[in-house]
Amino acid sequence: MGELRLMKGNEAVAEAAIRAGCDGYFGYPITPQSEVMEYLMAEKPFERTGMVVLQAESEVAAVNMIYGGAGTGKMVMTSSSSPGISLMQEGISYMAGAELPALIVNIVRGGPGLGTIQPSQADYFQAVKGGGHGDYKMLVLAPASVQEMCDHVKLGFDKAFEYRTPVMILSDGAIGQMMEKVVLFDHIPRRSDDEVVKQCPWASNGRPKTRTHNIITSLDLDPAGQERVNLKLQAKYKVMEQNEVLYEEIQCEDADYLFVAFGLSARICQKATDLARAKGIKVGLFRPITLFPFPAMQVSNVGNRVKGILVVEMNAGQMIEDVKLSVGCKVKIEHFGRFGGIIPSPDEVVRALEQNIIGG
Amino acid sequence: MTEEIIIAGFGGQGVLSMGKILAYSGVMQNKEVSWMPSYGPEMRGGTANVTVIISDERISSPILNSYDTAIILNQQSMDKFEKTVKPGGLLIYDPNGLTRFPERKDINIYSIEAADEAGKRGLSKIFNMIVLGGFLKLKPLVAPEYIHKGLEKSLPARHHTLIPENEKAIEIGKDLLTAVHVLN
Repeated sequence: MGELRLMKGNEAVAEAAIRAGCDGYFGYPITPQSEVMEYLMAEKPFERTGMVVLQAESEVAAVNMIYGGAGTGKMVMTSSSSPGISLMQEGISYMAGAELPALIVNIVRGGPGLGTIQPSQADYFQAVKGGGHGDYKMLVLAPASVQEMCDHVKLGFDKAFEYRTPVMILSDGAIGQMMEKVVLFDHIPRRSDDEVVKQCPWASNGRPKTRTHNIITSLDLDPAGQERVNLKLQAKYKVMEQNEVLYEEIQCEDADYLFVAFGLSARICQKATDLARAKGIKVGLFRPITLFPFPAMQVSNVGNRVKGILVVEMNAGQMIEDVKLSVGCKVKIEHFGRFGGIIPSPDEVVRALEQNIIGG
Repeated sequence: MTEEIIIAGFGGQGVLSMGKILAYSGVMQNKEVSWMPSYGPEMRGGTANVTVIISDERISSPILNSYDTAIILNQQSMDKFEKTVKPGGLLIYDPNGLTRFPERKDINIYSIEAADEAGKRGLSKIFNMIVLGGFLKLKPLVAPEYIHKGLEKSLPARHHTLIPENEKAIEIGKDLLTAVHVLN
């Protein structure tokens, strides 16, 4: 078994990055995710593994630094919270267009605008539907524990390189700030320059005489060429939809009703499931782990077996659109949410199930 | 076994670190734990609280609205959390600075004069460990050897010389409880 520690979610992201063999972290401080860079600066991975840690002058600079790093085939990442992630959208769209692998961590806080520093899930649309311009998707992972914060860093880097795509970890202030037990995976050494060249033949990292220039760009002024780029991206997203869906079902086998929730909301719903079952209400929980690709078929299979579905999110109703598209119209589907940094309590969730689904 | 605990007081009283030492000790004893702090502007000089859950099973919600135990160290926290203790649960408080004492009759209530005792012994920096001792006397969730390991893990190496003093404070706390209201 790997090393056991009690860590904050933010610290687990940072430690996992070092252990995954990350080459560079570029970021700018913002609550509630500042511990990511604080941890890295204290750990000094530049002395341990040679990993670069750099505080950029802004989020816009940070995202363009990872564009540059990724263009050379390096394993790079950034992290921020909602307002900072909004600033990064242009860079994320460029990376999707230029097919660059990178990891972006969003420790979501309440919005809109500067909002609040308390946890929220109101950036679902931005993460899943393409927050920047153009027809693009990111693989979006939604961890629900500190352990998953750690594991999704490794998974995120693996998938970023497998598909040459930006990957986002969509978490929130509560999971970033809370401490839980983590089993850390063993150190993976950073790749040598030769290994980078071998793994990333597309990268722009010095041209040997044996090949022509590699060009990293999202620009093609010829419409036919740009359509080819788009078709290639869409084909890639199809493969991701077929192969990369992750989800968890809890007590769904005998369920009459269903909660659908991701991240922190799923943890709250897990408690609500126990409370409701103690009252004789047979409810289960479906937790999407990948938000794109969304587990559409899987939630439809479970959702069409029950009498009603409550989608619980710390927002005004975002993932519910995907649940409705997946499950269809035969089952009653309602949303329950708190916003602006308020976290719903398990009791509140059970009451919402009783009033909006069972009684409604 | 699952124990859901809220520890609440002023920022600077060591509320968060008491929770962390308890949680880390739980990890060392191979329990599942979660430690969820209040964070944000209310921490700076105002009230601070942390929810600690220690369990033999996977922990569901890290955020709760009722608790098995409330450890309360100031008036604002008493006003906020007395009512959140589950019937039959436990409330421990330090009377220092309180103007209104707990009134519930459906829970067990103990007071611990930890601030006073810490002041007399010159241990005011580890007053929180005295309180932790009182809690562990009533709910021995974690064995002393794992508390020791929890302290080793929670404190930076340069402070490991302070571990015996912390353990002494825990022992002092165990003998400092006064029963205020005990259910039959």
